[in-house]
Amino acid sequence: MSMTQAAPTAADYPADQPPAASAAGGAGPSPGNDGRTARRSALHRLLGRPEIGALIGAVAVYVFFFSVAPTFRQFDSLATVLYQASTIGIMALAVALLMIGGEFDLSAGVAVITSALTASMFAFQMSMNVWVGVIVALAVSLSIGAFNGLLLIKTGLPSFLVTLGTFMMLQGANLAITRLVTGNVATDSIRDMDGFEQAQAVFASRITIAGTEFRITVLWWLLFAAIATWVLMRTRYGNWVFAVGGNKHSARAVGVPVTFTKITLFMTVGFAAWFVGMHQLFAFNTIQSGEGVGQELIYIAAAVIGGCVLTGGYGSIFGPVIGAFLFGMVTQGIVYANWNPDWFKFFLGAMLLLAVLINLYVRNQATRR
Amino acid sequence: MKRTAHSRRSGRTTAALAAAAAAVVLAAGCSSSAGGKQAQEDSGGTAAGKADTPRMKIAMITHAAPGDTFWDIVRKGATAAAKKDNVELIYSSDEKAADQANLIQNAIDQKVDGIAITAAKPEAMRTAVAKAQKAGIPVVGFNSGLDQWKDLDLLSYFGQDESVAGEAFGKRLNELGAKRNICVIQEQGHVALEARCAGVKKTFDGKTDILYVNGKNMPSVKSTIEAKLRQDKSVDYVVTLGAPFALTAVDSVKDAGSKAEVATFDLNKELVGYLKDGSIKFSVDQQPYLQGYLAIDTLWLYKNNGNFSGGGEEPVLTGPAFVDESNIDDIAKFAEKGTR
Repeated sequence: MSMTQAAPTAADYPADQPPAASAAGGAGPSPGNDGRTARRSALHRLLGRPEIGALIGAVAVYVFFFSVAPTFRQFDSLATVLYQASTIGIMALAVALLMIGGEFDLSAGVAVITSALTASMFAFQMSMNVWVGVIVALAVSLSIGAFNGLLLIKTGLPSFLVTLGTFMMLQGANLAITRLVTGNVATDSIRDMDGFEQAQAVFASRITIAGTEFRITVLWWLLFAAIATWVLMRTRYGNWVFAVGGNKHSARAVGVPVTFTKITLFMTVGFAAWFVGMHQLFAFNTIQSGEGVGQELIYIAAAVIGGCVLTGGYGSIFGPVIGAFLFGMVTQGIVYANWNPDWFKFFLGAMLLLAVLINLYVRNQATRR
Repeated sequence: MKRTAHSRRSGRTTAALAAAAAAVVLAAGCSSSAGGKQAQEDSGGTAAGKADTPRMKIAMITHAAPGDTFWDIVRKGATAAAKKDNVELIYSSDEKAADQANLIQNAIDQKVDGIAITAAKPEAMRTAVAKAQKAGIPVVGFNSGLDQWKDLDLLSYFGQDESVAGEAFGKRLNELGAKRNICVIQEQGHVALEARCAGVKKTFDGKTDILYVNGKNMPSVKSTIEAKLRQDKSVDYVVTLGAPFALTAVDSVKDAGSKAEVATFDLNKELVGYLKDGSIKFSVDQQPYLQGYLAIDTLWLYKNNGNFSGGGEEPVLTGPAFVDESNIDDIAKFAEKGTR
């Protein structure tokens, strides 16, 4: 089975995912079979990669802030940018995988808070080691993902509707259950409880590299990105993801387990939400139940800037990594540059739009003959 | 065949037993020796006498964002007053002014005996408030709308003058010898928050910069404050407008390697320890519990004895009350209960 057969969208994007195509069951099309590949120059192939626009955009934004904001040049400023990028980025990875698989998840933002609230309240109310709460939260997060996926598959509703429902339910549950259980709208501090320090070491510690302190989420982010890239490009599961995102009917026809793939993709988002939720809990000790709303759009934005398309079947993992980094750079760069804060959101939006436009332009240039 | 089925079943039973055993071990072995619910159990609640006046129904309608600790304290104050006054409290909130007006209409439909509102966007409330008054329902204001409450013909107003609070804050910074501060606003365009920072700017002798952060995402709040402190090394005070953001600001200061102090508006129970050890210098408390409490209590008084605070002429200020190292010990026990 070859990738191009499984995913009809490959024809819409003649230059997409060469590595996946060659990895597909070891029977990728040889240059001789496909006339287009033979005539395509190396530069065109490079420009056709999903993340190239984001990469160029990121370099441009980097150079820009590097020249206008002296503080931006410091190495420890980079650590701050990377920290912000990492918490968005870990989620963006899972969200990107899901988008390549043809779905998206509006509940991802509040799901992070749901996970953090669950871990905190479970450990606190039961007076247990915080790790028990962490494990319970993982189970809850994976279940939310599975619920989204199952509902989607069983009903055939679009993911917009299914996850919009989950989004609102979680938003309400976060608030209602927190008040019901704690009597307040924020969780109690778990800083003095058993296991807190180990958990903090795993989810929210700092690591010194070249004299600069980096938050550990940055390393986790890069590790998760490496794993996700490997899964997407080198495993059969990765091919399934592209296939179900391209066209799930033809994917099913050639034997791809569509149900399994979609549900596990939603559960991957659940896993990422759990991880970021744990980071927030152990970095900030308490969680306000109203947080997280609106973050889902930032995760989707990072994935889209990174070259994922809303219709699925196309994208990469490196792209969303760059997308999240770009987001972190713009948010912090505006502060480093000391611009008038009234314009903050405007600048942010303009920069992001610019990045997406460069992305689009480059891709059009590459695919035009 | 039968044998395998049997062994499979016994295998399953064993697994279930193992899981149950593991759960027991987990429950016993993983109990936390410190903190947790058990440590919290001994704190009691506020209990006062109870009025034997006829049962009345009061609606409280706010513009609270869901899941914000500040509004939780307001509601607790209102609940305490309602309990004491034999009042059935109907609490509702919506961030959007138009929906808040709908909630007022809803309260009129329910024929309540009084309405307490926050007038964050007074113009949007005008028609609904007038309708309530025409229906003979007294309306009091609290928390927001200091400039317009009289214009809306509200009975009384309980709250803090945000500008006055900001100005007091700025003066306090002067006393502490601050030269340069950043005022962190967690919601761009929020009138009350902007007014606080404007107040600080007005009386502060040094320079004040406003910094907007995304209040819905703590990692982002933390990085943005950190970025600002790196960009400007001369900042010696970080001013936050809500307790949770103050806690995060302390982390930002540490990570940015800055020497800036943190001072904030509003209290919550986590803040107590920080105020005690001086990692947060002071907090300006507008006493949200008092706002909620007085709003309900005044409506009860008005019905039963015709009294109302301020006489319709003057607002009743509930703040600014400064909390710092010198008085935190007296306040800590209330803050830890989540009522101060």
